[in-house]
Parts: sequence; structure tokens; C-alpha cells
Amino acid sequence: MTDGILPAVLGRFEWQSLPFVRAWEHPNASEIVGAGAGAVVIIGAILVAALITRLGKWRYLWSEWFTSVDHKKIGIMYIVLAFVMLSRALIEGVLMRMQQATAVNSPGFIAPDHFAQLFSTHGTIMIFFMAMPFLTGLINYVMPLQIGSRDVAFPVLNSVSLWLTAAAAALVMASLVVGRFSTGGWSGYPPYTELAFSPGVGTDYWIWAVTLGSVGSTLTGINFAVTIYKMRCAGMRLMRMPLFVWTALCTSILMIFAMPPLTVATALLALDRYLDFHFFTNDLGGNMMNYANLFWLFGHPEVYILILPAFGVFSEVVSTFSSKQLYGYTSLVIATAVITVLSFTVWVHHFFTMGQAADINAAFGIATMAIGVPTGVKIYDWIWTMFLGRVRFTVPMLFSLAFMMTFVLGGFTGILLAFPPLDYLAHNTLFLVAHFHNMLIPGLLYGMLAGYHYWFPKAFGFRLDEKWGRISFGCWVLGFYLAFMPLYVLGASGMARRTQAVFEPSFRPWLYVAGIGALLLAGALASLFVQLWVSVRDRKANRVFAGDPWDGRGLEWSISAPPPEYNFAVLPQVNSRHPFHDGKRQDDPYAPPRAYEDITLPRNSMTGPAIGILAAAAAFGLVWHMWWLAIIGALAISAVVIARSFARDVEHTISADEVQRTEQRWLRAAANAAPIPRELEMTSANQGLAEVSA
Amino acid sequence: MMLAPRLLRLLAALPLLALGGCAALEHGVMNHAGPIAASHWHLYVIVGVVLVAVAGPVLLLTPLIAWHYRLSNKRHAFRPKWDFSWTLEGLIWIPPIGIVIGLSVLLWDYTHMLDPYRPIASGQAPLEVQAVGLDWKWLFIYPDEHIATINRLTIPAGRPVHLRLTSGTVMQSLLIPRLAGQIYAMTGMVSQLNLAASHPGVFLGENTQFNGKGFQDQKFNVVALPPADYPKWVGQARASGHPFDADDFAGLFHKSSPSQPVVFSSAPPHLFRQIIVRSQETGS
Repeated sequence: MTDGILPAVLGRFEWQSLPFVRAWEHPNASEIVGAGAGAVVIIGAILVAALITRLGKWRYLWSEWFTSVDHKKIGIMYIVLAFVMLSRALIEGVLMRMQQATAVNSPGFIAPDHFAQLFSTHGTIMIFFMAMPFLTGLINYVMPLQIGSRDVAFPVLNSVSLWLTAAAAALVMASLVVGRFSTGGWSGYPPYTELAFSPGVGTDYWIWAVTLGSVGSTLTGINFAVTIYKMRCAGMRLMRMPLFVWTALCTSILMIFAMPPLTVATALLALDRYLDFHFFTNDLGGNMMNYANLFWLFGHPEVYILILPAFGVFSEVVSTFSSKQLYGYTSLVIATAVITVLSFTVWVHHFFTMGQAADINAAFGIATMAIGVPTGVKIYDWIWTMFLGRVRFTVPMLFSLAFMMTFVLGGFTGILLAFPPLDYLAHNTLFLVAHFHNMLIPGLLYGMLAGYHYWFPKAFGFRLDEKWGRISFGCWVLGFYLAFMPLYVLGASGMARRTQAVFEPSFRPWLYVAGIGALLLAGALASLFVQLWVSVRDRKANRVFAGDPWDGRGLEWSISAPPPEYNFAVLPQVNSRHPFHDGKRQDDPYAPPRAYEDITLPRNSMTGPAIGILAAAAAFGLVWHMWWLAIIGALAISAVVIARSFARDVEHTISADEVQRTEQRWLRAAANAAPIPRELEMTSANQGLAEVSA
Repeated sequence: MMLAPRLLRLLAALPLLALGGCAALEHGVMNHAGPIAASHWHLYVIVGVVLVAVAGPVLLLTPLIAWHYRLSNKRHAFRPKWDFSWTLEGLIWIPPIGIVIGLSVLLWDYTHMLDPYRPIASGQAPLEVQAVGLDWKWLFIYPDEHIATINRLTIPAGRPVHLRLTSGTVMQSLLIPRLAGQIYAMTGMVSQLNLAASHPGVFLGENTQFNGKGFQDQKFNVVALPPADYPKWVGQARASGHPFDADDFAGLFHKSSPSQPVVFSSAPPHLFRQIIVRSQETGS
């Protein structure tokens, strides 16, 4: 009887699924590293829970954050998630570099199977659970403020997207504690990921994590696009939108059209694995080439989903810190739109080596090079924005400059790879690994960090510490060059990617340099955390409550920092591309409105966290073949959605009096603040009020 | 004519040489050992030189302009509302489009010229070899010589080699960096790769597509023999190896890498076909 009940309850679980048991049975370095990582997750979770309990903050977190549908809070939670996942994936990157540096004609300290999990989780996390949450969080926070709106179009859906993403990330974290993760890389190519070759739970963790994440992102894309189309304030014509909003719009369109192929690809793979279908198997007519096409039909637009918002950040940052209007606004909008369209026409360049005809490869190679044109235009637009300006080397500006110079090198090698014959040599080697890190570290991470430093004062009301920001910046840049330039050399020498051991002694010096670079990158992340700590500690000295620490140009700077829940006491009306910049020069932007009115906002909802928790449970059940859990989870999600549709009391009102009190407190502070010239913006003299000149 | 590419090659190599460990690059296409890889490298150099000209201005202008127009430098003009110039628009759109069109012509030509399926022009008929990617080894079948090897590809220098590839397991990718680019080997399908060694030597070959925990071990040597020694090697193989039998066939599908290359003195005539059929059977 117990024979039947235990498997029915626990599915595929057995004691060896726990890394601690594996490390006990086979105490080698690789298993101990795995058990250590699992322990970090468990101890970390316990410590966080204990801390929250001790501070008595559970209720606060639940009612003020987890159930919040405020786009600002959701944005911040996305970015917190991104930093947590960045920490894990970066450590994995360092471990891989250490392994390769120590594995020249020696086994190193990480076993091949464990190494394969490292590169699979590293890639999956960095793309789906670091980059995507980071940019989604940034857009969530900033875009509604920039278009003069009080929230996104579908606030509860926004919360559902967040919690689906968090559920997916939690699934990846769970794989550290229970079972193993996929060894099939972030792209999960079958037939390797089919049951015949990967029978364990790893691939299923990957499938459900990516599926939940992709559904969350599709919903986010729809939400953002509708928000931008329908919720701009009066006078905010399309061609008056800040560039960041344009890139957010293009990214949303890409999400809507590019995420579904991924969802389909992982769903078909799941059908193969769970229900004995044969879409991509070796036998019974399956064909993995269909998977490659579906995956990259998502995968290439995805690259631009990641990079476009960063382009938007750089457009804002370069213009603000050059005290100048953006050069070539129309050009930048056209370039963004061209990139959006072209990004759907190049996916075959991810598998030039699949044996298709030269005509096809050449056509896709040319399309790939064509994307270089609008991208180059953008870089020059930023250069000409600095031209005849007054450039201040703040941390976001430093990231922008480092991006421009580094990204060009990545573009250089990108054009090399666009040549199919050169790709035949560089594909699947470290040259390719170096190339896409060369695009994504400056093109995504630097952009997100620039945005983080730029808008942090807006979100929290105090500036981030400059010194630690610069230390971190230095480590990110130097670390990048040391970690990835050697990989170009190794790739050009024929070293394959994803290799756990190396048999060529002449590769050793390059691997050492790359290892040092990886450690520097870890230092860069650590510096960011130190910066956050120092900034929170010194927050009183660096307050910018008046709301405009950088002499900003867009609507987001025209309100207090942090902004009130309702964003704008009176919805703004704009008549130029830089309404706040012009407003400061034409009349008093801090004059109280004629009258205040009641403001109605959506009420908190537990729909999002409930769906997230249930989705994680259902996915966990699917991974472990605990069918009861999967079924209960799926039914419960339907129940939550139905229950939500009966909810009537979904709005709350902030009275005009309260709005007036909040606004007056801010306006008094602004009136008492000393306006500062740009020379002092990095000092404590900066209270968020800009001295207006010219 | 001959001098220019050589000079360019030297120029391209200089910064890498300056960095020291150029020993690593001897294993790559820079140290090409056959006509296909030589053309690849030639293309590398052309595109590389063009791109230096493309990337150069950005690398120079970005720091120069940022520094010159810094806030503390009071000696420059400040025009915060200047945001457009048709001349500059022309300069940033038209030359890049021109360069991409030029590169496209080059790309079209070279992609067709270096199409891996395209036979190498030569007075000699190509050596036919069938390559099978397995976990975690390569099987090479010589259909005309009726022999086969595991993890050793022996070819005559100077004669083109025509590889037909398939996989007996998951997808793999065959790369011999000093001789030619890579091509996937996929179950149930046959892809092709043409290559040649221009002089005798030993070159590394590898699978570059991750296929499990023995992936890093899936390397083999390509031995290019002087033309006269090749028939001798075939004779030796026939005399010294053991014939490929049913056990060997089953052994192909065991997940393992042999510690030493294996030579079979004879191989069944339809072995390649048999593997393609077996790999698509139910449950594989």
C-alpha cells in the first residue's frame, strides 16, 4: 500500500534528489559546491524570514508591497528580483571561469554534469530572471511617470506578470535545493533535452520556469503597449514621447510577438516529454530543426527586447547630463522602429551551420548587417547630443560612455559573425560567447545600471553614493574587458564553449586573465551592494525630496521624490518634448494648481501573489510528477481568476484634502530648497531643486 | 597583389602578438593549413580592416567630445537647443548604408564561395569520408577503402576531402579550425563539408555542440599524410585493425570516449545508412 501512496504523493522525489544527501554520499568538491549553494538558498530564506518576523514586517510587506498594484512598487520589486538573480548567476559565471582556469589538463573542481547545470542556469537566469525583470521593472517605474499617467492600463495584470516571473525564478532557485537543473543550456535544444537523453527533472525545471516567465512577459508587453497607446496625458503626442517611452513601446511590441513562439516551443517540448508526442524527437518523424527555428524566432527579437530599453535609458541620460536636447530625436525614433522590424528577419544567423543553402545564409547575413546601420545611427546621435553641450561625468553618464565604446567593439565582432563563412568558424566557440557578452553587458547591464543610478533618487528620495558608484563602475568596465577579451582569442583558437575541461596548455594564460576579470565583476556587484548600504545609511544628507536632482527634462522630474501614490495631483498637459525643462524656464513649475480633486486609484489585490504561488506549486508538481499538486494548482488558479472577476470593490479614493496636504508638504520643501548649479549636483547641496539657466 | 594580404595579415596579428600568448592562436584559423581555412582567414582580414575604419570614429569621437565639452571647460560654445543638422544626418545614415551594401556584395560572394557543400576545385577526385557524431566520439567511414576509424581522421595532404555527416545521437557540430568551418551533424539527416589540408600535419578536430557530460572529451586528430603515405596507411589499417562487427556496432551507441583512436580493417558497405536508420527507430 505504501508503495503506491508515496510515489503518488512525492512523484519522482527520492533522497538523492537533495544535494545534501548527494554530498554526504559522494563528498567531492563538485557535490559540496552544489550542497553549499543549496544551503545558501535555505539559510538565506530562513534568515530573511527571521529578519522580517523580528522586525514585525510581514503585514507591512503583504499589504504595502506584495499585494500592491502600484506600478512604482511593482517596478521596484522587479528590480529587487533582478538583483537577487544577478547575484546568483554572476557567481555561477565566476565558478565557470574558475573551473576552466583550473581544468587545463586536470579535472578541476566541478564535475562535467554540474558544470553543464552552471552554464544552463547562468544563461537562463541572466536572460529571463535578471535582464527581463530589470528592464520590466525600470519601464514599470518610469514609463507611466514619463507619459503623465497614474498607473499602467491593467494594474492587476501587472501584478500577475510580476508574480508569474517571481514564481518562475523561484522554480530555478528550488532546483538548487531539490533535484538538479537542466544541462541543455539556456536554449534547451532537443533532441538532447528529450526524455531519451535527459530523463531527469532538470529539463522540466527549465521548461516550466521559461514557460511561466514567457507568459508573464507576454502579458507585460500587452500591458505596456496599451498603456503607451491609451494613457498618455493631454498633449503627449507620439512624437513628443521621451525616447525611453519609445523604446519601451518597441520592446513591448517585440514582447507581444516574440514571446509566443518561445511559449509554443517549450510547450511542444513539454508535450514530447510528458505525453509522448514527437515534435522534436529523433524517432517517429520528429525534427529538432523546427525547434531551432521557433526558439530563435523568439531568441533574436529577444536580444532587442533586452537592448532597446537600455538605448532609451542612454538617450535620457546623455541628454540630461549634457544639459542639451537630444540630437536627432526623429532619427532615433526611426532607428528604433527599424531595429524592431528588422529584428524579426535575422533569426537564421543563430544556426548558419545547419546546412541550408548559401542563398539563405547570405540573405540572413545581409539582414543581420543591416541592423548595424540604425544601431550605428543611434551611437552617433548620442555623440552629437554631447556635442556643444555641458557634459557631467556622473555614474549614469560614465556607464553611457563605457557602453558606447564597448558596444561598438561588440558590433564589430557582430558584423564578423554576420558573415556566414566566418560564423562557421566562430559558432559554438568562445568567440561567440565573448561576442554576446560584449553586446549584452554594455548593451543591457550598463544601461540598466545607468537607469538605476539615474532614477534611484526619484524612486527613493535620496541619491546613491557617488564614490562607491564609481568604484563599481570601474570594476564593471575593467572586469568586462579582462573577462571577455581573452575569450575572443580563445574562440579564434578554436576553443568550444560549454567545455568543462581544457586540453591545450597554451590556453592557460588567457583563462587566468578571464578568471581575474570574472572576480572583478563579482567585486563590481559587491560594490553595488556596498553602495546601496552606504547610501541608505547616509540618506539624510543626500535627500532630494524636491524631486529634480539632475535638472531633468521629462515629466517624471516634475513631481516629488519619491512620488506620491497618485503620481500627479493634476494630470499634466504638455506642449513640447521636454515639458518640465521648458516649464522651469517659462513659469514656476512649483506653483500649486487652482484646485485639488479626489483621485481614484485601483485597490490592492491578492490576485497576483495568489496566482504566482499557485503557478509555482503547479509547475513544481509537473516537474516532480506530483500530479495531485499540478492539478490542484491549475484548478486553484482558475478559481482565483473567477473569484477576481466577481470582485466589485476594486478602487479606493484619495480625498482632495489628503492630496492637498501631500502636495503642500512637497511644495513647501521645494520652496525652501536651495537651487543648485550643475557643478554641485554630486554633493549634499543637491536637494533636488535645479538652478535654472538658459 | 600577394604582398597586400600578407601585410594586412601581419597588421591584424600585431595587437594580438603584443598581448603575448599568441601560442594559443596557432590552433585557430590564423594558422590555417588548407585552402578553405585560408580563404576564411582572408575574409576575416578584409572585414576586420573595413570594420576598424567603421568603429574607429566612434572610439575616437566619444571620449574626445565628452571630454572637450565637459562642464568645467568654459571655453567652448554651449547650444542646448541645437538638435539637428541635415549634413550630419546624411553623414550618419548614408556612409553606413554604403558600407553595408559593399559588405553585402562581399558577403554574398564569399558565402557562395565558401559554401560547405561546394566541392573544392581540384585535379583529383575528392576523398569520400562519412562522419558520424556519437556520444562522445566520432566514427569515420571510408566507403571507397572499406575501412573505418574512431576518433582519427586520416587524409592525404593536397587532396580534397568530401565529408558526409550524420549523428547517431543528439545534434553535434564538427569543427576542424585549421582546415574549415563547422557544420551540424543531425540524426536522420546528412550534411556535407568539403575541406582539404595543403600540407602534412596533425590538426585538432572537435565537436562544438554540447551533448552531455563527455562533451569536453570529444576531440580527435586529423592526420594529413604526404600523398604517397596515404595508401600505405590504408594498407596498414586493413592489415592491422580488426573488422567492424556487430559488437562494434552496439559499442558505437555506448556513451563513452575511447582512450585511443580505433582502426577497423573493414567496414560493412552500408554502415552509414544503417546508423541513420537505427537512430530514427522508436525509442532512440
